[in-house]
Amino acid sequence: MASPETIHALATKEYPYGFSSDIAEETAPRGLSEEIVRLISRKKGEPDWMTEWRLKAYRHWLTMEEPRWANVRYGPINYQDIIYYAAPKPKGSGPKSLDEVDPEVLKMFDKLGIPLHEREKLAGVAVDAVVDSVSVATTFKKKLSEMGIVFCSFSEAVREHGDLVRRYLGTVVPANDNFFAALNSAVFSDGSFCYVPKGVRCPMELSTYFRINAADTGQFERTLIITEEGASVSYLEGCTAPKRDKNQLHAAVVELIALDDAQIKYSTVQNWYPGDKEGRGGIYNFVTKRGACRGRNSRISWTQVETGSAITWKYPSCILQGENSVGEFYSVAVVNNRQQADTGTKMIHIGKNTKSTIISKGISAGRGQNTYRGLVRIQRGAEGARNYSQCDSLLIGETCGAHTFPYLDVQNPSGQVEHEASTSKIGEDQLFYLRQRGLSPEDAVNLIVNGFCKRVFKELPMEFAVEAQKLLAVSLEGSVG
Amino acid sequence: MVAPLLEIRDLQASAGERPVLRGLTLSVRAGEVHAIMGPNGSGKSTLAHVLAGREGTKVTGGTALYQGRDLLALAPEDRAREGVFLAFQYPVEIPGVSNVYFLKAALNAIRRHRGEPEMDAADFLVHVRERARLVQMSEALLQRPVNEGFSGGEKKRNEILQMAVLDPRLSILDETDSGLDIDALKVVADGINALRRPDRAMVLITHYQRLLSYVVPDRVHVLADGQLVRSGGKELALELEERGYGFLAGNGSGGAGPGVTGPEVTG
Repeated sequence: MASPETIHALATKEYPYGFSSDIAEETAPRGLSEEIVRLISRKKGEPDWMTEWRLKAYRHWLTMEEPRWANVRYGPINYQDIIYYAAPKPKGSGPKSLDEVDPEVLKMFDKLGIPLHEREKLAGVAVDAVVDSVSVATTFKKKLSEMGIVFCSFSEAVREHGDLVRRYLGTVVPANDNFFAALNSAVFSDGSFCYVPKGVRCPMELSTYFRINAADTGQFERTLIITEEGASVSYLEGCTAPKRDKNQLHAAVVELIALDDAQIKYSTVQNWYPGDKEGRGGIYNFVTKRGACRGRNSRISWTQVETGSAITWKYPSCILQGENSVGEFYSVAVVNNRQQADTGTKMIHIGKNTKSTIISKGISAGRGQNTYRGLVRIQRGAEGARNYSQCDSLLIGETCGAHTFPYLDVQNPSGQVEHEASTSKIGEDQLFYLRQRGLSPEDAVNLIVNGFCKRVFKELPMEFAVEAQKLLAVSLEGSVG
Repeated sequence: MVAPLLEIRDLQASAGERPVLRGLTLSVRAGEVHAIMGPNGSGKSTLAHVLAGREGTKVTGGTALYQGRDLLALAPEDRAREGVFLAFQYPVEIPGVSNVYFLKAALNAIRRHRGEPEMDAADFLVHVRERARLVQMSEALLQRPVNEGFSGGEKKRNEILQMAVLDPRLSILDETDSGLDIDALKVVADGINALRRPDRAMVLITHYQRLLSYVVPDRVHVLADGQLVRSGGKELALELEERGYGFLAGNGSGGAGPGVTGPEVTG
């Protein structure tokens, strides 16, 4: 656990990852067209089928409208004013070894606390580092490949493991699934690919660290994780971006596929730049994440700690096809200042005796608006399906808001659905009690908030749980006193 | 003579808009245990809140010096770090936060303030176990979330355990005996007695005499209508038990109301 001292030290900081690095970048011209889509595909040295897949998505996107049903407010996005491809040089296929990586890039990751040098690598965690549109380094690749595990950048996967990518890409989140997924499918630049073959348990945490560096660019990464029969993997992503006055768009797609008896644990610590106190700048985080429990007894578990971004629009979901499959969603979403979040999950029960658990903890401070939106659907054939949902909101101060929209759709009478919800305010009596024991108001709030989120933090890998606590402290800075 | 640890002079305070304390004067020396007794509404809890710095109470006159310094000018956390401890009448629940984690955070905040090194988890565990033994309390309370799902008796015992761990110089116990059955009362009283020390003072705020059968005070004060109307030795508590508070308010002769050991007394 982080001591209150570290929390305090962090609580007095501003967004600590707001620096930008002077990295030589190669960028595409502003705007979006078939030409740009082709350019991105060409830069990546992609096969024709991939280019065609992108173009099809692009053409479909042109027919779609931006969704406006979420409980968030923002001005119009000019999609022709975005740069869809930016890559640190050396460009294109990505460096073959760390020696080829721009030293400025390595320095940037050191500054972020993610050392990529072989000698300083995070113990037991393999990292794929993505800057703007490309993956710059992937660690522990060789060790993993000895077990048959593929962990590499998405671009490399398209080139080296095209058959696997082609078989699974778009099967969980179709290219025309929604406006932002279609946009991503057209212009996605990089991301991580992970394949764990039959019977293999991945021996270490896999992690992707996403960093937006270039100005005026969008980030459109794509992640695809496949666990075959009896395989398992735990995967973590982290994200940061420099402080910039203009909003930047991040529209990612994540697809997970678990076959019989396979497990995927996917954890996110999302800390994109949230904008300043007045709501200037910040990332629009419009993300589609979905996992398919295709096999019997498979399990997909989403854990997210969402502290950053000006606007978050994100519903990591599970399609529970396989009999006895299990879907889980554990979420902490924090909004402070002018941040807005509309986040939750969808649990679609198709197979018999499928189970799902939803634990959502929303924290609102400042003028933040936090919405939980969730769907639990039990389809006709889902005999014996069960869901448990718990949605709790914690309010700090008088000017924030919390909203809950749980949707239930039960088509099989044997389905059991439980929903609990609570809204509480950090009380003067709680604060006074903790201060009377010697804690500063800020540490007192952090302690209460950490207690509130404990159920979710327990699901995070140990070292990231500590990280998440620190992040929360930073995010809630200035919310009391 | 040594200066008093706590010196309250002509303290006037209101809770909300209502004036509650109307010129209270009290001097407490290190090593002493004072009992402040009084009927409901006499200002006992307001006194505790004013000394601890709770919002919602407002000092309108008078002074309170602690170790020679203006106590009332300090933020609540600074009073705590300087060694002022309030055992709450209604201890507050902090869901999801373990007692032991909370206490470590609190103790280290106090130690930092004193310029002492922080205790790591291992040292803290040794310390907390030793303190739990001193007040004869089970460690089971430590692993549970702060006061969450605690019985009334457990909450009060937890306050004494916290006092033992944090090692304050001045403890104010606000009706720590209320709502306890006789066994729990004895556990709490034994804990308080174990923590009596020549360099530590305690102020027991209580409605009933019965706690004082187990924790024998050096001084007993009667608070009525915002002022200390009588002070004396431990025998004063017994007198109150026999005669009730009624005679003090001048609205009846001795024995007119129920005794102070009774379930409810009005002043």
